[in-house]
Amino acid sequence: MTNLLEVRQATKRFGTFTALSNVSIQVPKGSIFGLLGPNGAGKTTLIRIINQITLPDEGDVLLDNELLKPEHIKDIGYLPEERGLYKSMKVGEQALYLAQLKGLSKKEAKDRLKYWFDKFDITHWWDKKIQELSKGMAQKVQFIVTVLHKPKLLIFDEPFSGFDPINANVIKDEILQLRDEGATVIFSTHRMESVEELCDHIALIHKSKKILDGKLSDIKREYKSNTFEVGLLTENNSDMYQTLNEKFKITPADFKTIDEQLKVKITLDQNMSSNELLSYLSDKAQVMRFNEVIPTVNEIFIKTITDNE
Amino acid sequence: MNNLKLIIKREFIARVRNRTFVVMTFLSPLIFVGMISLITWLATLNNEEVREIAFFDETGLFISDFKNSDQIKYVNYSNLTLNNAKDSVVLKELYGLLYIPKKQSNRELAESIQFYADEAPNISILNNIEEVIAGKLTNQNFEEKGLDLNAIESSKAKVNIQIENFSGEKTSKMSSYVKMIFGGAAGYFLMMFIIIYGNMVMRSVIEEKANRIIEIIISSVKPMHLMMGKILGTSLAGILQFAIWALLGGVLLTIATSFFGIDPQPVGMEQSLAMQDGSQEEIQLILQDILKLPLVTLVISFLIYFIGGYFLYSSIYAAIGAAVDSETDSQQFMFPIILPLMLGIYVGFFSVIENPHGTVSTVFSMIPLTSPIVMLMRIPFGVNWWEVLISITLLVGSIVFITWLAGKIYRVGILMYGKKPSYKELFKWLKY
Repeated sequence: MTNLLEVRQATKRFGTFTALSNVSIQVPKGSIFGLLGPNGAGKTTLIRIINQITLPDEGDVLLDNELLKPEHIKDIGYLPEERGLYKSMKVGEQALYLAQLKGLSKKEAKDRLKYWFDKFDITHWWDKKIQELSKGMAQKVQFIVTVLHKPKLLIFDEPFSGFDPINANVIKDEILQLRDEGATVIFSTHRMESVEELCDHIALIHKSKKILDGKLSDIKREYKSNTFEVGLLTENNSDMYQTLNEKFKITPADFKTIDEQLKVKITLDQNMSSNELLSYLSDKAQVMRFNEVIPTVNEIFIKTITDNE
Repeated sequence: MNNLKLIIKREFIARVRNRTFVVMTFLSPLIFVGMISLITWLATLNNEEVREIAFFDETGLFISDFKNSDQIKYVNYSNLTLNNAKDSVVLKELYGLLYIPKKQSNRELAESIQFYADEAPNISILNNIEEVIAGKLTNQNFEEKGLDLNAIESSKAKVNIQIENFSGEKTSKMSSYVKMIFGGAAGYFLMMFIIIYGNMVMRSVIEEKANRIIEIIISSVKPMHLMMGKILGTSLAGILQFAIWALLGGVLLTIATSFFGIDPQPVGMEQSLAMQDGSQEEIQLILQDILKLPLVTLVISFLIYFIGGYFLYSSIYAAIGAAVDSETDSQQFMFPIILPLMLGIYVGFFSVIENPHGTVSTVFSMIPLTSPIVMLMRIPFGVNWWEVLISITLLVGSIVFITWLAGKIYRVGILMYGKKPSYKELFKWLKY
């Protein structure tokens, strides 16, 4: 798979403070790439470098195998975390202005805006001023302006903040659809459940350094500890617990059931396969639940950050 | 370039559509003309008041010399006692009581005349009275010494020096005033323009920062383009506003003059014109002086210094706007803008008129931050072309340098929130 965007060893210092140190990422074409990290890690600086708002002190950025140049601005759509619109300008006027700044002709911009306004059913907002709209409404307009010029690369920084669950879902579906139509998406957020849901690749930045990146499934594979969550119906739970505790490394598990089960997590060493464990267990009890424990992005995030403290 | 045009257009429209802008555009000339009319009217009101002054003349010498004028009416209380006279002045609320006692000699008399009044009397009235008494006493002294009053009167000479330059052209005595008015108006106009529209540029930067739209915009355009577009768009709005002001002001002033018969000429001008006894020749000389001014140079240099000065200052305004979060925070950075502007105006009005080619005037017409104002004031007096050239070169050089610096501060500042920056911080931003 080819990369749409490649950041190579980017470093950015502000005075004595290093905001980004030697960070490289590869964003495959057509992927949704999660850019994660605690507050102040350097995500925004990296995003601003990609948008040519700030220049890196060292390193460079390739878009479609070309060094980043001013014309690339129209290939990128950026929805910043700190976003707003002119309060006293009318919605339509301002959307037209922003679209024209991205290089669209007035007519083209008007046609596409009409399409999106129809799609979101907000055509009647055209002549309203932003100060008459709610925050969520303004966010919708910003989203439209971001994607209007059909950029190859879309960068969303906390795109769902300010949306109610229904509208957040609408936006999520739009992002997925844009991806399916060929766009590549960089997605920066603190909401791990949406990373779980949307991203196929992630990079984790902490204290200006990249500490983890790759395909999300690969990372999960790497982070899983060969642990299985098991629910058993036994004649005597404590006896069974005793037996298992002697043979395996076990920890208590917690999940909801309707009957009285023995709930444990069993971590296997290299000598035993999951099938062997399953047949061992089914000999001794009725297996009600048996599934592999896959680490969530949230867990990976917290574990990687604490390991790197 | 296309983007720059879009930005200029948006900024222009945003400024012009602003409600305050519209109101100010149409209200200011009204207020201005209204104020002038009011002041002129008040001045005439004041002059119409007739002041009654009582005099108590023990000598009886001056009774026929106090003649009523438009402003003063004299009342003779000499047949009362001094105390009675004082009482009736207070009772009748007259302006004051002049007491001329009887003395041995004129010299003694001159020292002992008194004026009783509740408030300190008007200087011009006192001068008037003093003149009358002094004239009478002087004439008496002449007569005592056996001099012929008519002979003295006829021997008095009146001198009126004619001013000519070395090539034999006559100029008016008002020449330097005429030059000062032209230069001063240009300099003052530039200062007003910078303060009004520089501030507007700053507010517009702050607005974009406060609205949080700035990052969306600079992901599409270069910050430098945005800054330039703002400065240009605002200046166009400014020029439009000034044009409307000039037009409306002119029309309203004409209407006011013809309807109310109010003389719109400023008081100072009126007096200095009156001093010339309204002589036809003098007025013609003034007109000649105006035509003799280097008008083409004046217009061209006005355009250059106007554009240069405005750019220089408004880029500083833009940088300040970018550095702060709200207008209140901007106060601490106003000093470096207001100081050179004020300095320029003061040097212009005090040094240039005194000595247009002196060291102070020359130096300040070279320093870029003051040169637009001071040089504009000097040019009507005739400045060597090479001086203007040096001054403009310095100005252009510093515009490039200052806009570059301002652009750097702007670029960093627009993305900084929640910090109240210090000068030290701004200096650090230059290195980012």
